[in-house]
Amino acid sequence: MSKLRVATTSLAGCFGCHMSLLDIDERLLDLLELVEFDRSPITDIKHCGPCDLGIIEGGVCNAENVHVLREFRKNCKILVATGACAVNGGLPAQRNHLELHDILTAVYQTEGGLAHGAQIPNDPELPLPLNQVHPIHEVVKVDYFLPGCPPSGDAIWKFLTDLIAGRTPSLGHGLLHYD
Amino acid sequence: MSEQNIFLLDGEEIAFAPGQTIMQAAQSAHKYIPHLCWHPEFKPHGSCKLCTVKINGRFGSSCTVEAAAGQNVENRTAELDDKRRTLLQLLFVEGNHFCPSCEKSGDCLLQATAYEMGMMTPHFDHFYPDRPVDASHPDVMLDFNRCILCSLCVQASELADKKNVFVMGGRGMRGRKIILNSESGKLGDTDFSVDDRAASICPVGVILKKRVGFVVPYGERTYDKAPVSAVEAAK
Repeated sequence: MSKLRVATTSLAGCFGCHMSLLDIDERLLDLLELVEFDRSPITDIKHCGPCDLGIIEGGVCNAENVHVLREFRKNCKILVATGACAVNGGLPAQRNHLELHDILTAVYQTEGGLAHGAQIPNDPELPLPLNQVHPIHEVVKVDYFLPGCPPSGDAIWKFLTDLIAGRTPSLGHGLLHYD
Repeated sequence: MSEQNIFLLDGEEIAFAPGQTIMQAAQSAHKYIPHLCWHPEFKPHGSCKLCTVKINGRFGSSCTVEAAAGQNVENRTAELDDKRRTLLQLLFVEGNHFCPSCEKSGDCLLQATAYEMGMMTPHFDHFYPDRPVDASHPDVMLDFNRCILCSLCVQASELADKKNVFVMGGRGMRGRKIILNSESGKLGDTDFSVDDRAASICPVGVILKKRVGFVVPYGERTYDKAPVSAVEAAK
């Protein structure tokens, strides 16, 4: 059997879910018998080619996140929302009841300790933030959800091995967590 | 108890005392029917609908329907658990249920019930409502982001504490809320006490005692040790 091709990325996330993926420890070697990585922080490949599985950490908070997410959806047969932020917006979405302009003004202009004349960054290379942070299923179709902040290494291992074996992933008590 | 006072719950014979609801009889028999707004100490009002069962083929809230001889009650069927999962998803998107920062995580009935129903995603679009946090009381804080309007605090304060600290007010999906019975609308200006029954009745993370939030760490809490179905059946 040829290896499954897997891509991973972190959008509006903290890379905690990727750390949790590494937390499957020596089982990474078993995993590498079954899969090879395409675009991922692990390979540093910048764009996603055709893949069997896309693992998305983080929600959608800016324009770049939307482009990356669409690139993944276009190229991946199966897309998995991994972790609280991808599933429901998570920590970044805690800004959603505030006005974006008020947040930017407070952070870059009116908070204490800023340099005199500090301005809201406006470089064309910076992706524009969205008014609200969205879970990824509000932007593209998502096939599976793996909640947790982060999902534990054991949960990720169970989920991936179920999926690779062709079973519907099932976590059960102790592995299914929202915290 | 007469021989006739028996109904079937998922095919198992359950004995009941006349006047008991299906929920009460199930609890006496150590059977778990999912629920959020029902509490054994207070009068049921059948509002969360999590305890909906099929009684002789018709839907009914098991906390309000009286048990009757010969009823055939379906409880943990795939059909009913699917509907329960949808109700939970609606509750999750209606408030701001950010479990990773919640002191109640692991002890939360909403979260534990969602685990029990295998809820992997809130599915619907989130409201992200703007709801207040009230830290005005010296011993208790309120975080209404997590309120599911079960009204147990209203009942506990009225009936057990005789204080009426909490009342239900407002109208509509976004307007309905718990209001504090003080001129300022703050908990600190009511006669609420940390020893009140209402201080420990909240099934979710709205009413929180200060300074004890992480005495028991994540991972060692009620529903970390056993799923809600096992915890409830052991009661």
